[in-house]
Amino acid sequence: MIGKWVKCLLVAAFSLFWVNSFAQEHGDANRDIHNQGEREEKKEATKKFDANEVIFGHVLDAHQFHFLTYKSSDGQKHHVGIPLPVLLYSPQKGFSAFSSSKFHHGEHVHDGYLLVTPEYKEHLLKSGYSEEQLKGFHNESIIAVDSESRPLENVSVYDFSLTRNVVQMIIAMALLIWLMLSVAKRYREQGAGKAPKGMQNLMEVLITFTRDEVAKPNLGHKYNKYMPYLLTVFFFILINNIIGLIPGTANVTGNIAFTFVLGIISFIVILFSSNKHYWGHIFNPPVPGGVKPIMIPVEVLGIFTKPIALIVRLFANMIAGHIIIICLISLIFIFGNLSAGVGWGFSPISIAFTVFIYFIEILVAFLQAYIFTNLTAVFIGQAFEGSHDDVDHHQDPVIV
Amino acid sequence: MSLLFVLLSVVPWANAGGAIGAGLAAIGAGIGIGQIGRGAVESIARQPEAVNDIRANMILTAALIEGVALFAVIAGILAMFV
Repeated sequence: MIGKWVKCLLVAAFSLFWVNSFAQEHGDANRDIHNQGEREEKKEATKKFDANEVIFGHVLDAHQFHFLTYKSSDGQKHHVGIPLPVLLYSPQKGFSAFSSSKFHHGEHVHDGYLLVTPEYKEHLLKSGYSEEQLKGFHNESIIAVDSESRPLENVSVYDFSLTRNVVQMIIAMALLIWLMLSVAKRYREQGAGKAPKGMQNLMEVLITFTRDEVAKPNLGHKYNKYMPYLLTVFFFILINNIIGLIPGTANVTGNIAFTFVLGIISFIVILFSSNKHYWGHIFNPPVPGGVKPIMIPVEVLGIFTKPIALIVRLFANMIAGHIIIICLISLIFIFGNLSAGVGWGFSPISIAFTVFIYFIEILVAFLQAYIFTNLTAVFIGQAFEGSHDDVDHHQDPVIV
Repeated sequence: MSLLFVLLSVVPWANAGGAIGAGLAAIGAGIGIGQIGRGAVESIARQPEAVNDIRANMILTAALIEGVALFAVIAGILAMFV
C-alpha cells in the first residue's frame, strides 16, 4: 500500500542519520573546550542528578534525537541518538552546514561554533562571566567562539538547523499527507458508495465526526469551505501529540512557537471570514449607552484573547503532560540521590503512576486536538454569524 | 525590622509565589471539574439513555476548565523564571 518510492525515500533518509549515531567518543579532530586538567576533574566527580536539566532537556528543542546515555566500563559517557544537520548563517562567517555530532554534545568547538550546554555555562561562570551575561545563553543554542572558546559578541549566528522539532514536524506532515492521499485515492477509484477498507475506516470516523459535530453545528451551510483547514489542524495537532508521547521523540505541540503559529493562522482565518455584522457588534455593541465605554474595549480585547487562549491552552496542556511524566520518572533518581535502596524501592510506584498518566496523556492528545479545532470552528462561526433577525423564520405550529 | 528585611531577602519569593499560584489553580480546577462531574452524574441518573451525549460534553467541558488551570500554572512558571 505504501508506495515503494516513499519506502525508498524513508530508508535513504533514516540511513543517513544512522551513519553517525552510536557511541560518540572523546578525543576527535576539533578542539575540546576544557583543558586536560578540568576534564580529569569532571571524570572523577560523579554528577548528582539534576532534575531541572533533565526536564528541560527533554521538553525543549535540541539538535539531535537523544535516546539514552550510558557510562561504559572505562568511565566515559556514551550518547545514543540520531544527530541532526546544523545549518547556520552568520553575516560575518557565511553559511555553514554540518552534522551536530561534530559538537559531541557541547564538548567540542567546530568551525568556530559552539553548542551551549550547562557545563559550558559553568565554565563561563568560573572564568569570570556574570550571571546577567549568561542569561543570554540558552542551552542547545549555537554561538560563535574564538580560539579560547570565549563567546564572540560581535558575531551574530542565525540558526536554521533541522532540529528535532522540525524533523518531527516533517515526519508528521509526511504521515498526514500519505494517510490522506491514500484514503482519497481509494475514494476516487472506488467511489463513496463502497464499504471502507483498512485505514479508510479510521479516517472516515474522524472526518465525519469533524464534519458533523464540529463544522456543521458551528458553521452552518458554509462548512465545506472550512473543512480542509479544520481537518488539517485537527490531524496535524493529533499526529504531533501522539508521536510526541513516544520516548525519544520531540515535544512539538508543547512548544509555544508551534502553537503560536497555529493560533495566528486560526486568527487570520477568523478575521478573513468576519462580516460587517461582527465588526458592528464589536465597535457598537447592542448594549445600553452607559455600558458601551466598558464593553467596547472588552470586545476589542476579546478579538485577541480568543486566539491567545487557543495558543496557551494547547501549549500548556501538552507541556504539562510531558513535564509530569518526566518528573515522575525523575523522582526515582531524586530518591536515588538519597540512597540507592530508596531509589530502587520507589521505582514500582513511580512507574505505576507514569503508566496511569500516560493513559491520561493519550486522552489529552485527542482531546486537545479536538478542542482546538472545535473552538476555531466556533470562533469562525461567530465571525460570520449575521444578524439575529434572519434566523428562526420558521414558526412553531403549536404556538401560532 | 531587620528580621523582616532578612526574611524578605533570603526567602525565594518568586518560587514560592509560583508554587502557591499553581496550587490554588489546582484547587480551582478540582472544584470546577467536580461540579461538572456532579452535574453529569445527576443528569445520567435522570435520563440514562443520554449517557453518551452527556459523557462527551462532560469530557469536553473538563478539558476546557483544565486549560484555564494550566494558564495559571504557566503564569506560576513565568513568575519563577522571568
